[in-house]
Amino acid sequence: MLLEVRGLTKHFRLNGDIYSKIAGEKTQLLKAVDGIDFHIRKGETLGLVGESGCGKSTTARLVTRLIEPTAGEVRLKDEDLLAFSSKRMKETRKDIQLVFQDPYSSLNPRKTIMHILSRPMEIHGLARTWAERREKVLDLLQRVGLSAEHIDRYPHEFSGGQRQRIAIARALSVDPELVIGDEPVSALDVSIQAQILNLFRDLQEEFGLTYLFIAHDLSVIRHISDRVAVMYVGKIVETGPAAALFENPLHPYTKALLAAVPEADPGKAPPKLTLKGEVSTPIDPPPGCRLCGRCPRETAICAQIEPPLVDVGGDRQVACHNL
Amino acid sequence: MAETVLELDDLTVRFRLRRGDLTAVDGVSFSIARGETFGLVGESGSGKSVTARAIMRLIPDPPGEIQRGRILFEGNNVLERSDAEMRALRGRHIAMVFQEPMSALNPVFTVCEQISDALRTNLGVTKKEARERVIELLALVGIPSPQQRVDSYVHEFSGGMRQRVMLAMALSCNPGFLIADEPTTALDVTIQATILELITSMINRLGMSLLFITHNLGVVAHSCDTIGVMYASHMVERGKTRDIFANPQHPYTVGLLNSIPRLDTQSKYLTPIQGSVCSMMDPPAGCKFHPRCTHAMDICRQKSPEFREVAPGHFAACHLHNRG
Repeated sequence: MLLEVRGLTKHFRLNGDIYSKIAGEKTQLLKAVDGIDFHIRKGETLGLVGESGCGKSTTARLVTRLIEPTAGEVRLKDEDLLAFSSKRMKETRKDIQLVFQDPYSSLNPRKTIMHILSRPMEIHGLARTWAERREKVLDLLQRVGLSAEHIDRYPHEFSGGQRQRIAIARALSVDPELVIGDEPVSALDVSIQAQILNLFRDLQEEFGLTYLFIAHDLSVIRHISDRVAVMYVGKIVETGPAAALFENPLHPYTKALLAAVPEADPGKAPPKLTLKGEVSTPIDPPPGCRLCGRCPRETAICAQIEPPLVDVGGDRQVACHNL
Repeated sequence: MAETVLELDDLTVRFRLRRGDLTAVDGVSFSIARGETFGLVGESGSGKSVTARAIMRLIPDPPGEIQRGRILFEGNNVLERSDAEMRALRGRHIAMVFQEPMSALNPVFTVCEQISDALRTNLGVTKKEARERVIELLALVGIPSPQQRVDSYVHEFSGGMRQRVMLAMALSCNPGFLIADEPTTALDVTIQATILELITSMINRLGMSLLFITHNLGVVAHSCDTIGVMYASHMVERGKTRDIFANPQHPYTVGLLNSIPRLDTQSKYLTPIQGSVCSMMDPPAGCKFHPRCTHAMDICRQKSPEFREVAPGHFAACHLHNRG
């Protein structure tokens, strides 16, 4: 087990400032991530999927401790990251690296590729001399499908796909164990997206990497993941092996999500929405299941008790009262 | 065959930039019949949106310039119309839905004010009639409690609801022709499904023609009768949706279809198109796709392929179809 997350929670306080108090506005809690559990085994890819605002990116930030959680544990190789001192945390950051969605804002436009890729090694003391670092950077460039001539160029000289290759090379520069991709292919055109997805695969094989892959595109998740976790408004509603989950979704939300995907095949059923209404709000959510009011299977218990994530066999877990 | 509503003939749009000339749309021709839905597909920068904007005469000049070609709407060339005639055409006969509803709608006016504005200008109705009609329209596009929501501002709506407002505004003057430029790209998949259903049902109910622009092949597969595929400012393939998906004739279309990860099967690797899109400032000679094409021949590097019929109603611009 490389990463284990237990009861991870992040609540943001809205209207908590003095001005709102004077104005008499009520403090509200935005429950971005509300007690989620998941684990990732070494060498595996966990796909985290859900719609905008469901807490996917907040989860990525919590796991890397870019923001501090309200409650819960993040265990990396059986040690709780949240208990680490800032010095220890800094050392541990090399083990968890992030690749962001937008390669136009995640690379410093004023630095050369050599600088961007060698700084992390320098900070973590992985390569002492300039010559050593340069050699490593050249090796990285070649591994992500770029060439030696690119080393002294600036980010603006590259296309979106090439920039994402640079961002991936930067993540790999410190030999991480876990790479978190936060929508790393969603800003790319399909033909380039396929290249980058293949690159993620190749690198996983070559370096034995473990991935937490966040995306809203279900076919991308299906393609890259060994196991999948589906999020809805701060909660994980279903997890399981990719093939089983996509072939036989159990949670009503997973079913709805899959039915809504327009497949690139005119022979397939057209996309359809099987839920009523719109995505529920994470601000002061009512008790009970978050899907209440939208779900076709709803019963009386759903509005009262929040369904826990329970094992249903076959390495699958579902949070629903009415399976 | 139904009557042709829109016909583009050899449309070529050029931008004169300080760095040099950029041809954004190069010799694009297609036509759309009444009641037909036409999907224009391609990756970013392929010229889809410029084509749409040219039809509405929304290309800023300078730096843009329509260098060649004709755009016939109901038989008349849009490019020869005066500004006043264009204003009468836009909204009333051709309406457009944009990708980003937050930037396409005005944040300082209520929904009622901005939709009534269009109604009063184009149809000359009274303020009271316009308001009634706006409420009707909001109900038509599925906004709950339209009587209350009619006086809301755009920021009070969610992304999906904003797109419904955009659609209500586009439909307000009963146009015969709708251009939808990536109308669902900014939306989540479940909301996309409802907006697509809504557009399709509106088109059928009102007997409109639709030009649907998207980069998502899944979306066109289910909402269009005919598809045109664009690459680097050229149209490379055009045909019935079924034919394009079952039997793509241009290597770019084949590559695009192979690049999409599938929902029903899992393969270890995808088959991407190698390389990246050519620079539009300095495009390669011959076929624009040849540097990425696995079938590239000598002739591809020298001569632009002609757009020719390769099967009944199915056109492609590729030298592979010229042999023999």
